[in-house]
Amino acid sequence: MDLEYGPEYDAFRHELRAFIDAHRHLAPPSADRAARPSPASVAWQKLLIAHGYAARTIPKEYGGYGAEPDILKSRIIAEEFSRAGVPGGLANQGISMFVPTLLELGTEEQKRRWIAPTLKGEVVWCQGYSEPGAGSDLANLKTSARVEQGEFVINGQKIWTSTAKQADMIFCLVRTEADAPKHSGISYLIFSMDTPGIEVRPLKTMTGHAEFNETFFTDVRVPVDQIVGQRGQGWFVANATLGHERGMLGDPDALENRLQALITLMREERIGQDRAIDNPLLRDRLVALQAEVAAMKYNGMRILSNSLRGEPGGMAKLIVKLQSCELAHQISALAIDALGELGILYHHSPRERDRGAWQWNYMFQLGLIIGGGTAQIQKNIIAERGLDMPREPKVAKIPDAGQKSTGMARQKQGAD
Amino acid sequence: MDFGLSQDQRMLRDAVSRCLADHCPLDHVRECADRDSTFSDKVLHALHALGIAGMLVPEAYGGLGMTLLDAAVVAEQLAYAVAPVPFLASHVLAPIALSEAGSAAQKARWLPKITSGAARIGVAIAETIEARDGAGVASTAGKLNGTALFCLDFEGADAYIVADAGGRLHLVDAKAPGLETIALTTIDRTRSVGELRFEGTGAEPLIDDGGVTTARLRDAGRVILAADSLGAGQAMIEKSVEYAGQREQFGRLIGSFQAVKHMCAEMAARHEPCRSLVWYAAHAFDAMPQEAALVACHAKSHTGEVHRFVARTSTEVHGGMGFTDLLGLHYWFKRIGFDRQVLGGPETVRAEAAALQGWTKAA
Repeated sequence: MDLEYGPEYDAFRHELRAFIDAHRHLAPPSADRAARPSPASVAWQKLLIAHGYAARTIPKEYGGYGAEPDILKSRIIAEEFSRAGVPGGLANQGISMFVPTLLELGTEEQKRRWIAPTLKGEVVWCQGYSEPGAGSDLANLKTSARVEQGEFVINGQKIWTSTAKQADMIFCLVRTEADAPKHSGISYLIFSMDTPGIEVRPLKTMTGHAEFNETFFTDVRVPVDQIVGQRGQGWFVANATLGHERGMLGDPDALENRLQALITLMREERIGQDRAIDNPLLRDRLVALQAEVAAMKYNGMRILSNSLRGEPGGMAKLIVKLQSCELAHQISALAIDALGELGILYHHSPRERDRGAWQWNYMFQLGLIIGGGTAQIQKNIIAERGLDMPREPKVAKIPDAGQKSTGMARQKQGAD
Repeated sequence: MDFGLSQDQRMLRDAVSRCLADHCPLDHVRECADRDSTFSDKVLHALHALGIAGMLVPEAYGGLGMTLLDAAVVAEQLAYAVAPVPFLASHVLAPIALSEAGSAAQKARWLPKITSGAARIGVAIAETIEARDGAGVASTAGKLNGTALFCLDFEGADAYIVADAGGRLHLVDAKAPGLETIALTTIDRTRSVGELRFEGTGAEPLIDDGGVTTARLRDAGRVILAADSLGAGQAMIEKSVEYAGQREQFGRLIGSFQAVKHMCAEMAARHEPCRSLVWYAAHAFDAMPQEAALVACHAKSHTGEVHRFVARTSTEVHGGMGFTDLLGLHYWFKRIGFDRQVLGGPETVRAEAAALQGWTKAA
């Protein structure tokens, strides 16, 4: 057990702290994480790339800093920006998911055209994966692309396209080979969101905001060369990026920051004359969550060390999305409980705390438990890949309509 | 930066694991559980041959001078094999108490014997955490009066280290006049606890450091109990997965049902981060004293909660068989139950963790 990073890394951390101190006045406010980066965010991103604190390992010729990959330095960068409460580099879907995919599977021309403007925040992407009928079973997607005169003609619908309103471009999974087996009929296309035939409708969620959209395609025409990988390989191209998404959803620094905010809240809020933290039941729950956050933090350090040794992440890594999302949700739940009746204030009410953030988080984090691979899919993955348990046998077919309606009639009677 | 076990610690883990696989099969655990004396001399001798007895004894006294993380590695394996041997008090807490607060004479007298396996010392500090049934020990002019409950590694101890009401530690010979010892029987037949009754019993004080060493014993004890819980939980998860991969119902392996699969996944998901928490807490005990008490509390309370869940869920995965004595799954279930309660249950320990951070309302 050696928790020291060593002199080279201590020096790196020291430099980074000095950089943050010297430049923090230029940083956009932390809350400024709009899909379309503000001019201040774009300027901040440019500065971070120039110093190697964003796009660090992306080759120079594609607009990155061009450093050798170094897991510890990446970790130190994440830690220090989080600790300082200053936004780090942009982390949108284009940067986190599309750029790694292009680096791995894109053509030279695609890399040169798209990576630099994406990193700078000039080109914003959205992801077109899920469909109303293809959620957990993503490979069941039906949005089709037939070829006509050197163009794909796309028809169908995507859902959960979170930045579709602001995005310039979309990376999108479509079915190009209608007769191929489910997983081998899909292609990964990239096209402009200004293409005629695209309609974006905001998808209002339980939070009262439209954090997502539905995106409809009617005869959307896209040149056949706007594809990453070969036709029919889209499933494998997309899988190269799904791992990156799960990585995004299990950030230990984010959990620690939420916990700190909760501790502050419970020390400041009064119940009568006492602080909320003086209530032994609330305090007990707080300490229990603190222990869990600590466990996830050290679990993250273990994963980091495994990577340094070139060992696979194993079970420690497989459980991160499931546990972190659940824990974040419980932190918000305790905050609401500690606030008592004040906890339900929302929609800019008088006396609302933290602009309703705890309720928004509580609801949105439930969305995160469901999104990016539901908790149940995560458990299947943990059991089948982590514990090597037997897979679910394939069910022959969905019961026919006659049987189904009888079953429903019985249920209704039972409910009377 | 290397978060995890060193090469030496992995070798230690593997050596103890092999030793217990050879000398401590479940049939032997049953044999020991069904007779009057708890501990297995056979298993203990095999472990002593590996140097376990003196692992925390300083090298100057013939020991290996190892760390609490090394001891946690061993504790995990002992629980994995539900080994009926003394360890927590005799091999961890007593060597720490004597090396940190023993007089030169006490060290010279006891530490070499602990190393050789010739002497075992039980440790009774339960009342410094919470007193039950009015227990508590008063010390006046070298004499002890009162009762200490839940003395750990009680059976066959040659002496006891006992905390008094002021948190000062005393060494009491097992044969001292005025000492009455009464064995307590717990759910866990693989470990031994007892009650010590003092009536003007002569005792040698350890160095009075204002309770510092007693607090260190609480921290170390909690980490080792957490490590024990980890090993027992690991065994229960592995057994669940194995059983679900063999048992068929409705023409299918039950492990292919999501209802069963998800129980196993939930156990694994909650259990896995505990490993890192226990390692960190053990490391902190030796390397980061300012953090050690808090993280020991976290490790103890969190493993207590997680492994209660694992113990009941694993039993459920095994269905009716899990409930029987035939499989013997209950040995791990009870080991976990013991680990949770001893040296402070989760609520007690969390209240301490809150106080350590100044979160408790000033009286």
